[in-house]
Amino acid sequence: MEFPHFEAVPLAGAAVLPPVLFRREILARVDAGWRMLALFGLPCPGGVGLCCLLGRDADGRLAFLRQVPAESYPSLTPDCPQAHLFEREVHEQWGIIPEGHPWLKPVRFTGCPARPEEPRPAPGVTDHFQLRGEEAHEVAVGPVHAGIIEPGHFRFQCFGEDVYHLEISLGFQHRGIEARLIGGPDKRTVHFMETLAGDTTIGHGLAHAALVEALTKTAVPARGRAIARIALELERLANHTGDLGAMAGDVGYQPTMAFCGRIRGDFLNLTGLVCGNRFGRGLVRPGGVAFDLDKPTIRELLSRLELTRRAAFGAAELLFLSSTTLARFEGTGRVSAETAREIGLVGPPARACGLPRDARHAFPLPGAGPKDIPMQLHDFGGVYARALVRRLEMEASLDFIHDALIGLPEGPVRHAPESGLPSGMVAVGLTEGWRGEICHVAVTGDDGRFAAYKVVDPSFHNWFGLAVALRGQQISDFPLCNKSFNLSYCGHDL
Amino acid sequence: MLNILLERLRQGKRTVAFPAAMPPLSPRFRGLPVLAESPCAEGCASCAGACPTGALGADEDGLYLDLGRCILCGTCADACPGRRISFSRDHRLASSTRDGLVLRPGGRQPHVAPLEPARLKLFAKSLRLRQVSAGGCNACEADTNVLTTIVFDLGRFGIDFVASPRHADGVAVTGPVTRNMLAATVGTFAAVPDPRVGIAIGTCAISGGLFAGSPETTGGATPHLPVDLYIPGCPPHPLTILDGLLRLLGQQTPPPAA
Repeated sequence: MEFPHFEAVPLAGAAVLPPVLFRREILARVDAGWRMLALFGLPCPGGVGLCCLLGRDADGRLAFLRQVPAESYPSLTPDCPQAHLFEREVHEQWGIIPEGHPWLKPVRFTGCPARPEEPRPAPGVTDHFQLRGEEAHEVAVGPVHAGIIEPGHFRFQCFGEDVYHLEISLGFQHRGIEARLIGGPDKRTVHFMETLAGDTTIGHGLAHAALVEALTKTAVPARGRAIARIALELERLANHTGDLGAMAGDVGYQPTMAFCGRIRGDFLNLTGLVCGNRFGRGLVRPGGVAFDLDKPTIRELLSRLELTRRAAFGAAELLFLSSTTLARFEGTGRVSAETAREIGLVGPPARACGLPRDARHAFPLPGAGPKDIPMQLHDFGGVYARALVRRLEMEASLDFIHDALIGLPEGPVRHAPESGLPSGMVAVGLTEGWRGEICHVAVTGDDGRFAAYKVVDPSFHNWFGLAVALRGQQISDFPLCNKSFNLSYCGHDL
Repeated sequence: MLNILLERLRQGKRTVAFPAAMPPLSPRFRGLPVLAESPCAEGCASCAGACPTGALGADEDGLYLDLGRCILCGTCADACPGRRISFSRDHRLASSTRDGLVLRPGGRQPHVAPLEPARLKLFAKSLRLRQVSAGGCNACEADTNVLTTIVFDLGRFGIDFVASPRHADGVAVTGPVTRNMLAATVGTFAAVPDPRVGIAIGTCAISGGLFAGSPETTGGATPHLPVDLYIPGCPPHPLTILDGLLRLLGQQTPPPAA
């Protein structure tokens, strides 16, 4: 079943395919340039059926495929590596076995509710890749890291200083959010959205809003949409600035690190000016935004934006003019475009490999022009490219916010959706958060409540990219490579 | 080199004057909730019904708001037909007791008492903390981390975050302490030599916050380690955290700007 973004479609419209056809259809579409946006289990009569959402960047089409409930099916991963983590996730959540999957390790160490007789694994305790040999050694890090960072466990298989493989084992942050969205929406739903990944409050909030608006056929007032998009770009600016500073810090370049630490806060304070919370809590709601901007606030935003632009670009210029910094950035942590395509990278790491993937272009929100924020691409694929793409995106975001504030349409900021959702529908919300594409998919049950709500944070696609980027690198470059991806632990663990 | 110095001049001195003066907060900042003393309409439970985290309610002493469960979303202020609930711009939310977070109409504000003399003597001039994120959404983490930037310059107060619990005087927990982080959280605290301090940063770490009741979380740090300082918020503003830390060490902090 194909449909455009921002249109809810009846679940009954998707044919329920036998495993062989389901697999063939997915592989054929991936061969034709579609990407796997989500793969999840949907409880239905007779068991749990797999659902797959695919998207095509060229024209923003979506495809929703269903498989008959089955205890096992032929794994997609050997022919479609971007499915590898989704299949592990479905296996952990529902006990459905993808036959032929290379290694069905736990994703979040929750145990499988469908197999209660099996004990819940201890977090991080599983078989890992191992390198054997006289001079091979293993470095294990985490879950508690050295800084103020979320928890995760990393295992480096090293030969001397060189990393042959990095294995990333997560799940420590699992809060069980998806399970608690079932039966919603309720009074906690929007707050869960804002804390799926707290540094992406606007991104996830907007994806959820788009999904509910599609379900309820709510037309968002232009002014509300514009304010939400301004907040989305402010979120990108704050985090991209922080990332440039952190990358500078990881190669010991203090000036940019110190400046960016402060400038990041200046961008957060602009979001605070809009809605009272530096992370944008309470701003985006289905149907628009909860806060309007008056003329003095717009003037203050514009003047502070200009000051912050100068400070941010000054700090970034130092970074990109420093030969010692560039020597560390260039050629480090490379991912080829071919690998990025295979494993399904999204966001700045994909664009740094030259892949034109940006949900603002492929799946623009209604009322948002696909061309009003230019896409930034680079093709070196390494730390340097990921830094440069961020720097260029900051410029694009600043220009967009400036123009949006000056040309803010008149009118209301929110048209609250009617309460109650239609039953038996599928809807999708897609936005480009600062880390990359955020995908929310919901299926409503006969009672008009969420029967399934799948959240795919860009980190879910990209963590494996970090593991690949580290192959053949020195272990001392891990912090730098890690910051150049800066992925979310809780967004992955949910 | 010259370009670095020139840029340094352009960037200017950016450290806030706090605690000598109070930096401006957003006019829309939602700080300490205020409960008016006017009576509730009979049988009205609009606020409790609207609150996403069950922070509001009424008992035999009347209306209360538990700041340890509140995420300061402001929903109750709009839901109350009598407009009894409002949010001030007071950033001082921290408390040294869990009970002190329960607000009543006309009641006491949250209060931070300095550490008792034995620990105060040890830590007043140098406090090293190990931060543990245990299900935090990276907002509390980010606004704790920002204290180490040039804006707040935490080091000037003798406070710093260190990499090892063996080097630390205490642990600052963020997040609702997920089942999968419980062992690591408790283990990290155990690795800090006594005497030590425990700090819960953010509503999740105090009570589980939005995630309280989820089988995958365990009610924050409060059930698992002795907490000396509770800092509510979702996330707490950096100044809310700094204010709490400084008062715990016996320092004076400024009231909110008028």
